Amino acid sequence: MADQIFHVFRGDAKGGDLKEYAVPPMEGMVVLDAMHHIQAHFDSTLACRWNCKAAKCGSCSAEINGKPRLMCKTRVDDFHGAPITVRPIKVFPLLKDLVTDVSWNYRVNKEIPPFTPSAEDARSKEWRMTPLDVERLFEFRKCIECFLCQDVCHVLREHHGTDRYYGPRFMVRIAALEMHPKDTLTRTDLLAGKGGIGYCNITKCCEEVCPESIHITDNAIIPLKERTADDHFDPWRALLRAFGGRKEPRGT
Amino acid sequence: MADWYDERQYDVLIVGAGGAGLRAAIAAADGGVSVGLVCKSLLGKAHTVMAEGGIAAALGNVDSQDNWEVHFGDTMRGGQMINDYRMVEFFAKEAPERVYELEHWGGLFDRTPDGRILQRPFGAHTYRRLCHVGDRTGLEMIRTLQDKAIHCGIDVHMEVTLTRLLKDGDRIAGAFGYVRETGRFVVFRAKAVVLATGGWGKLYKVTSNSWECTGDGCAMAYEAGAELMDMEMVQFHPTGMVWPPGVKGILVTEAVRGEGGILRNSEGERFMERYDPVKKDLSSRDVVARSIYKEVQAGRGTPHGGAWLEITHLDAEAIKRKLPSMWEQFHKLADIDITKSPMEVAPTIHYVMGGVRVEAGTGQSTVPGLFAAGEVAAGLHGANRLGGNSLSDLIVFGKRAGEHAAQYVKGVSGMPRVDDAQADEERTLLRRPFEGDGSENPYAVHEGLQAIMAEHAGIARTGEGLQQGLDKLLALQARAERLHVGGSMLFNPGWHECRDVRFMLTLAEAIFRCAIERRESRGSHWRLDFPDQNADWGQKNMIAVKENGRMAVRTRPVPQMPPELAKLVQGQTVVKSVR
Repeated sequence: MADQIFHVFRGDAKGGDLKEYAVPPMEGMVVLDAMHHIQAHFDSTLACRWNCKAAKCGSCSAEINGKPRLMCKTRVDDFHGAPITVRPIKVFPLLKDLVTDVSWNYRVNKEIPPFTPSAEDARSKEWRMTPLDVERLFEFRKCIECFLCQDVCHVLREHHGTDRYYGPRFMVRIAALEMHPKDTLTRTDLLAGKGGIGYCNITKCCEEVCPESIHITDNAIIPLKERTADDHFDPWRALLRAFGGRKEPRGT
Repeated sequence: MADWYDERQYDVLIVGAGGAGLRAAIAAADGGVSVGLVCKSLLGKAHTVMAEGGIAAALGNVDSQDNWEVHFGDTMRGGQMINDYRMVEFFAKEAPERVYELEHWGGLFDRTPDGRILQRPFGAHTYRRLCHVGDRTGLEMIRTLQDKAIHCGIDVHMEVTLTRLLKDGDRIAGAFGYVRETGRFVVFRAKAVVLATGGWGKLYKVTSNSWECTGDGCAMAYEAGAELMDMEMVQFHPTGMVWPPGVKGILVTEAVRGEGGILRNSEGERFMERYDPVKKDLSSRDVVARSIYKEVQAGRGTPHGGAWLEITHLDAEAIKRKLPSMWEQFHKLADIDITKSPMEVAPTIHYVMGGVRVEAGTGQSTVPGLFAAGEVAAGLHGANRLGGNSLSDLIVFGKRAGEHAAQYVKGVSGMPRVDDAQADEERTLLRRPFEGDGSENPYAVHEGLQAIMAEHAGIARTGEGLQQGLDKLLALQARAERLHVGGSMLFNPGWHECRDVRFMLTLAEAIFRCAIERRESRGSHWRLDFPDQNADWGQKNMIAVKENGRMAVRTRPVPQMPPELAKLVQGQTVVKSVR
């Protein structure tokens, strides 16, 4: 079999270009295998992140032939011998080669008020939550923080909106907290304000690239938009909130 | 301080941000001291994230007869009695509390119909004991701890590699290393250091471990004078993927067998009925791994040298619900639908039972101010770890190490002095691959190491083979003095590999030296020339320590259980090893 041609971005914040490598094919090879082959045999300075190689850690995100994907889950034989181009994800500042500065995401996560049970729950040792209570949250908890959804979010990618919108990853994170049966906080003020949920206009690009198949828009963002609208534009709910204090049960 | 490094200062420095590191950081911060956390990867990517099956804790939610005493007995028997019984006692008693705590911090588990935490069966656990979330329990645990830790007032330093512990006289003064992104050197001054750096599966080629598992913490502890214990005990998980080659070693969770999966040889025989008629496919990992190995040796292996693992007799939807990652993994990476076809599996390096010897209750090593928790610490699992006992190990002993480190620093007056000469010596070592006249490629040396380990320190060992392996290893260590890489210090994986390889070569030496000495078969250590367990060796732990610049190996008596604990282990015999 002929060598597989890869065009890999090499460079840093100052600039760079695609460089060609011919990698011997191997049955079942994924793009990450090829990057490791390049490091071990051609150029050990090629920078890329990876950890688990089993699509569980979300470290090896890249843009492969223009499409944001995990390198460990992208089979080389899917490209039928055509050259494969590997670039870093575009939305975050480039550090080197395939590695970008994703620290903004960690700062955002810190701004989200953490899980907060009631004082009564905090005191009791064992909680009862039925399968029905928790199962819809499992979808959100599957997120591996690969940030591919952030990469394709047009607010972040085209409009450089990191100062206005937290992005799909953190809508999922907030949804998991808001819909947790034992959480007592309401984060709709944050969503309407700094979280910037209004900027999302439901193009669903984030859902398309999610390697965990999380229905980010349908199951997280739209329900959060509804909650935010309720809290900010429904006068009765605003009153209830002003005098009630506790999070009321929601339909979605 | 010198101008060629940056300096940070904390009361307690935690190295590693997997389950043990994060839990230790939370505990130390609770103790009211300043805490810095350093990790080689981004936060939330540590190897813990890959744990699939569950957290073993005797909640008794599904099988009400389960309790800490049964968990204690199972763990001691699983470890074939060379475990530190005091650690096992703390562990079995405290694991349930630590699991409930995760839930109080927002973690979510699969549930029983009446709303309690659901538990599943796993190898060599008497009852259904593993709290789980489908097959992504590690992700749930790490995310829960991560989100708790970032609100605890600790500083997290991501993508920083520490390469040397600094000492002020006998006691710990901090650690030295570099920022991966820039290559800039950094000194962390600290009164106490907690190592939570995980294992060293990357010594082997066929491994379930990520790139980070190069044993930095254990090797740094050894260099700093700490005792290493039971280094010969390296666990082969029975079921790693074997095909296609790119995925070789990736783990197939024990939960597949927990949920009813059956192992068969090429003749369709359920061979575990012969090796362990009682527990069958859910026997302990050492027994199942050896059984697969024996089947392959006897010519009854699968096309790629393993066994078939079948779960097709279960309902397809149930499989996708209970084992979603496995379904996806085989579907995407091996073109196999596990609801319709069997999986091809073979033993893969998964875990190390050996590591830094620590005090049972505090996690303190033999070096004052140096603590260790999780996989890098030895003692809890003895000769073989039971599935699910790792995640509970992390949170039970992570908490204890963090707490005791905080307590320890309160008794330390003033920040220990950092000796710039130590940092300078390490800088010289780190820069040598750029500046020296060496010509060895670090990846080639790593491949050489993996070949030696596979050939001489694999699942079946002999004294002669181990000695040959050690000789080859010492020659390879000499080659590693002449590593060379190009490029700059900016995010340079080849350069990073140079230091990792040296750590791995040190630990490989400890594995060989301990394995040569232990002349018996016990747990994961299988000597073809000494195929039986030996009662004398059952009373000994192996110790490796640096003396006069060289590695010395000796034994240490296994702590003896008081009668009230000893009786918890009786009643069932220790599973006989497969000869």
